[in-house]
Amino acid sequence: MPKPTSSQTIGPFFAYCLTSSEYGYTLVADNSLKSPSGKKIKISGKVYDGEKKPVPDAMLEIWQADPEGTFLAPQSEKHQSFMGFARAGTGEDGSFLFNTVKPGSLKPIRGLPQAPHINLHVFARGLIDHLTTRIYFSDEAHTYKDPLISLISDKNRKQTLIAEFQEEQAGCAVYTFNINLQGADETVFLRW
Amino acid sequence: MVDNSKFFNSEVTAPVFGHSSIGQNDADLTTQHQGEPQGERIIITGKITDDVNRPVSDALVEIWQTNAAGRYIHKADTHEAPLDPNFSGGGRTLTNAEGIYQFTTIKPGAYPWGNHTNAWRPAHIHFSLFGHTFLSRLITQMYFPGDPLLKFDPILQSVKNPKARDQLVATWDSSITKTGWALGYKFDIVLRGPNQTCRED
Ligand SMILES: [Fe+3]
Repeated sequence: MPKPTSSQTIGPFFAYCLTSSEYGYTLVADNSLKSPSGKKIKISGKVYDGEKKPVPDAMLEIWQADPEGTFLAPQSEKHQSFMGFARAGTGEDGSFLFNTVKPGSLKPIRGLPQAPHINLHVFARGLIDHLTTRIYFSDEAHTYKDPLISLISDKNRKQTLIAEFQEEQAGCAVYTFNINLQGADETVFLRW
Repeated sequence: MVDNSKFFNSEVTAPVFGHSSIGQNDADLTTQHQGEPQGERIIITGKITDDVNRPVSDALVEIWQTNAAGRYIHKADTHEAPLDPNFSGGGRTLTNAEGIYQFTTIKPGAYPWGNHTNAWRPAHIHFSLFGHTFLSRLITQMYFPGDPLLKFDPILQSVKNPKARDQLVATWDSSITKTGWALGYKFDIVLRGPNQTCRED
C-alpha cells in the first residue's frame, strides 16, 4: 500500500490563500460556516506557544455537526447553507474568533453518550504536522461523561478540551477556549 | 497526546466542498490578472489517492507560492525581490472523479530566510488538501526535481525517510508538457485514511 505523503509546515505566508477575506486579501472565496437555525455561539481564545507567547500566525479549522447532531453529507437536502466547516487565522496577539452554532449531541458510542463537540485542527509555522483536538462545552450536561473526556484522568488536562461559558450576549452564548501548543498546560491533542 | 482511535467518529466525517467554492480562474494562476505574469509557465497535475489506493474525488486542493522572483504577496514577506502585478500566487481546485487535479501557474523562485547563514528555501509550492475524513487533512510542500537547494533545506530534510522526501519532489513529465507553451510536472499525493495506524514523519 502507498505510504501517505509527508506533512510539511504551513509556514508564515498562507493567509492570502487560506484565510484571505479575514486578512483583507480578496483573492479567493472563503468557506464560512453559516447556519439557518440553532443556538448561536461565539468561541474565542488565543493560541500560545511553549513559552506562553501568543502565536500570531496560526490557522485553526473547525468541523462540526449541525444543531441536530448531523454532519453535512454530500447532496444533503437538510441545511443547504450549513457547511459545518470554518477557518480562522490568529491575530497579532494570538487571538481567534469563531461565530457558529452549538452542534447537537452525536450518536452514542457503545452505549456511551457523546457530548456535543467541535473538531479542531491547529496549524502553525514550526509544526511539521498539524495538531488535532476537540472543543467541548462547559455548560453541556454530558461533557464530563463523554467517552473521550473520560479517557483523560487528570482534571486540569480534561479542562484543556472544554470551552468555558462566559456570558449570554444578545442571544449568543460566548465561550473562551485557549490553545497551548506545548508546555505544562499543553492542550490535549489526539492521535489515532 | 491521547489515543482517540477507539472513540473517534466525528473525525471520520469531513466537509464537502462544492464547485461554488471555486472561482473561475482559481486553477489557472496565470490568468488571474489583466496581463501575464513573469516567469516560466508550468502545469502541475497529479492524482490524489488514499492509503488503500482509492482515488479521492472532489478533494479541495489549495496552493500558495511565490512569484518567479521568490516573493510572496503576503504583507509579512520582506524579501527584497519585486512583486509581480500580474501574479498573486494562490489557487484552488477540486479533484475529478478519478482523483486528478491540475493547476497552471509559473515556477516559483527560491527565497532567503533566516534559518541559518545564507539559507535559501528551494523553489516550492505549498499544498493544502482535504480528503474524505477530517483525519486525512494534509498540508505539505511540493519541490522541483534537480534543485541544488533540496539537500540543504531543513524543512524538506525534516522528513527523515529518503523515500518519503522523494515523494515531495515533483517529476518533470513530457506527456504533461505542452509544446511551445508550458513545462509539465506530475505530483501525486497519498492521504492518510481512517485505518492509518501510525503517521509517517
Ligand atoms: Fe514558502
